[in-house]
Amino acid sequence: MDLHLLIVIFPQVLLDGLILGFMYALIALGYTMVYGVLEFINFAHSEIFVVGAFVGVEILLMLKARGGLELLSPFLILLLLLVAGMAVSGLLAMAVERVAYRPLRGTPRLIPLISAIGVSFFLQDAIRLVESIWRNAFNLVYPTMDQLNHRFTLTETIDVSVKSVVVIVVALLMLWALHLLVNRTKIGKAIRAVAEDQATASLMGINVNRMISLTFLIGGAMGGAAGVLFGIQYSLINPYTGFIPGLKAFTAAVLGGIGNIPGAMVGGLVLGLLEAFAASYLSLLTHGAFGAEYKDIFAFSVLILILIFRPKGLLGEVVRERA
Amino acid sequence: MLEVESLHVYYGEIHALKGVTLSVGKGEVVTLLGNNGAGKTTTLKTLSGLLPSRGGDVRLEGDTLLGVPPHEIVLRGIAHVPEGRRIFNRLTVLDNLEMGAYARADGGIGQDLEQVFALFPRLKERRTQVAGTLSGGEQQMLAIGRALMAAPRLLLLDEPSMGLAPVLVEQIFETIQGINRQGTTILLVEQNAAMALSIAHRGYVLETGGIVLSGSAADLQENPEVRRAYLGES
Repeated sequence: MDLHLLIVIFPQVLLDGLILGFMYALIALGYTMVYGVLEFINFAHSEIFVVGAFVGVEILLMLKARGGLELLSPFLILLLLLVAGMAVSGLLAMAVERVAYRPLRGTPRLIPLISAIGVSFFLQDAIRLVESIWRNAFNLVYPTMDQLNHRFTLTETIDVSVKSVVVIVVALLMLWALHLLVNRTKIGKAIRAVAEDQATASLMGINVNRMISLTFLIGGAMGGAAGVLFGIQYSLINPYTGFIPGLKAFTAAVLGGIGNIPGAMVGGLVLGLLEAFAASYLSLLTHGAFGAEYKDIFAFSVLILILIFRPKGLLGEVVRERA
Repeated sequence: MLEVESLHVYYGEIHALKGVTLSVGKGEVVTLLGNNGAGKTTTLKTLSGLLPSRGGDVRLEGDTLLGVPPHEIVLRGIAHVPEGRRIFNRLTVLDNLEMGAYARADGGIGQDLEQVFALFPRLKERRTQVAGTLSGGEQQMLAIGRALMAAPRLLLLDEPSMGLAPVLVEQIFETIQGINRQGTTILLVEQNAAMALSIAHRGYVLETGGIVLSGSAADLQENPEVRRAYLGES
């Protein structure tokens, strides 16, 4: 076993893991916030994420067609993509709740779940239809922005691209902003009050339906931002791209403790790091017996172990009810 | 101030309130007595909009409250301290109190916070603590304080003595009496009839969804049926 190689590639693997982890964390927030207020898994969230990615690619392609990619600063373009992706995904998530979930409130748990799966298929094929008509293709590639692809070589084995740094910085800023919103503002506290006890929250004068809409708006916006970042980082997207990241982000939310916002962040990072380390180290450590393609098996085995010993998730709290 | 007229409420097929009529005058403490399942909590929940009614009327100073959603009823001046306190366990004491004033836009919130802290100094000591870690008595103080933060004209209290040690019950009831003296009208639901009648001006006795007896607190205390059924006399 080449110990030297293991050590040398460590920072690079850590970086890859962080990027993946922050992406999962941003998506996981949408699952966990909605679960927090409605105790329901919004399976359409992976498509909300993909819609963000498509909004990003459409804006980039339009700018490219008009020669705007060279004219404008890449950071300005990135800001534009994020704002647009967040707005569209957030509003879409809110509309989905209004149309497909709210009328089913009070029905048995499985009913809105099935509705969510239906919305998920609907959105996938709606994106496919629109893009097929509009561009005659639904597998789209993010146009490259040279300045974002620039790489800094740190050592012989490690280099960092600008876009990786951008992804991490943007994700951190968003998580920090969400933290402030949820814990420091009156609206954020009202969302937490609704998550804990809807009837009592309404006795405080909190409009519960409005808070639920707001939860979908915020969770959807985070998902949309993740979609844009995903496109910037990995380039290739199609209407079905959301399935795997969505499933993994959902897993991350459960790993962190579903319903718990810091938990979604921690769960996302843990899952991203596990995956990245498994992808790079499994083959080295087992002399090629298990290759990088086993990364998911490894990552999910660790997850199962963690959940066996901490069924509430890493940060899942058991709130003690006192008489 | 509050007029309830032949109110009918159903839980699915169960007819929980069968024409409840009662009134609460400005500045009064009125208590609603009755056994488990008599409909006391149902009455309060209907008043604050948590349950829909299928007949009758509820009027606050002449305006009907039926069909008004709970988050708007608070704005009209009714605050409800629910059964079992229902504080927000994961929020801090201060955040719970802030939620109590959620619907208000006036400038008196800071002053009311000071008043709540003056009423319950324990809450001030523990203001940064997560509410789920408070003792039962402190949670009841927080539930009452939270309702007061809405600056209500009418306070609905559902079993404030539940699960508390006798010494705490006395303290809580003294506080309730103090709140009333400062001008807040109170509708009090209690199983502890002796305690409730000791601070109330008037009372109603509720049995299986209907009012069976009403009168001044002094009269009810003397009533042989009340003494037998609710004050533990044989």
